[in-house]
Amino acid sequence: MAAVFESAPEGGAALELDEVEISILRSLTVQLLELVGPGEEPADGGDPLDALFAEGPSEPPSDPALARLFPDAYGGPDVKDDDENRAHSAEFRRYTENDLRTRKRDDALAVVRSLDALTLHGGSAELRLDREGSHRWLGTLNDLRLTIGSRLEVADDDDNARLYRLPDSDPRKPMVMAYLWLGGLQESLVETLVS
Amino acid sequence: MGPVSVAPMETERTEATEEVAAVPEPDVPWVTLVHNDPVNLMSYVTYVFQAYFGYSKDKAHSLMLDVHHKGRAVVSSGSREEMERDVQAMHGYGLWATLQQDR
Repeated sequence: MAAVFESAPEGGAALELDEVEISILRSLTVQLLELVGPGEEPADGGDPLDALFAEGPSEPPSDPALARLFPDAYGGPDVKDDDENRAHSAEFRRYTENDLRTRKRDDALAVVRSLDALTLHGGSAELRLDREGSHRWLGTLNDLRLTIGSRLEVADDDDNARLYRLPDSDPRKPMVMAYLWLGGLQESLVETLVS
Repeated sequence: MGPVSVAPMETERTEATEEVAAVPEPDVPWVTLVHNDPVNLMSYVTYVFQAYFGYSKDKAHSLMLDVHHKGRAVVSSGSREEMERDVQAMHGYGLWATLQQDR
């Protein structure tokens, strides 16, 4: 079915995409951008320097997908949640979350730009990525899968197996197809980076 | 009374020092833990351990398997500041990581 990334002869990675795939990838990435939210840019007339000194949030995001993209740094599943860990996590978040959001946003914007730069020949186009482009795509593909996985409530490996067996009538089916397709793209992109 | 108690205090302090050494101190190393999650691909997690930490493919692969089978693995250790840096980097890669003191 769909193509996967291959190592390009001159280095980097290459992927053949048809018109529909380009449009799906673009739409999902734009949704990711909307979810991650704008960078800390000053409002009209604001001092651009303010953003440099602005503190980030101290509470984890309430949206489960965002909470997965921006997890607590202290605590975790095997540790009893205590006030000390919560305070450390809050402090860590204040100093790191805005940067992390900006990086994820920059990667996703780079993906959208590379899709917009494609030229279709007979209904399909070849995407060429250099190493930096590959890293940005890898980050965004992972963010997309984490986000969709969270929406599909993939909580363990059994859930993954169940997704493969969903009947066509299930309303989650299109999202599942996208999730599995993105997994194939990411897997093949990793392959080009390690080979 | 103050100066008189100096001598006995000396012996007491030796004991106190030994006792303190048993509980975590600021220089007790911290560790970065990566937790299992069902979405991240095994090949991707291995790649991240190689790319960020510079681990060999074998070491990265075996750490990934620990995460997958045991639910978590210690992927680095050092000062608290270093571990915060590693955790931040892991979050950048989309891995679920936390830091804690290695007790």
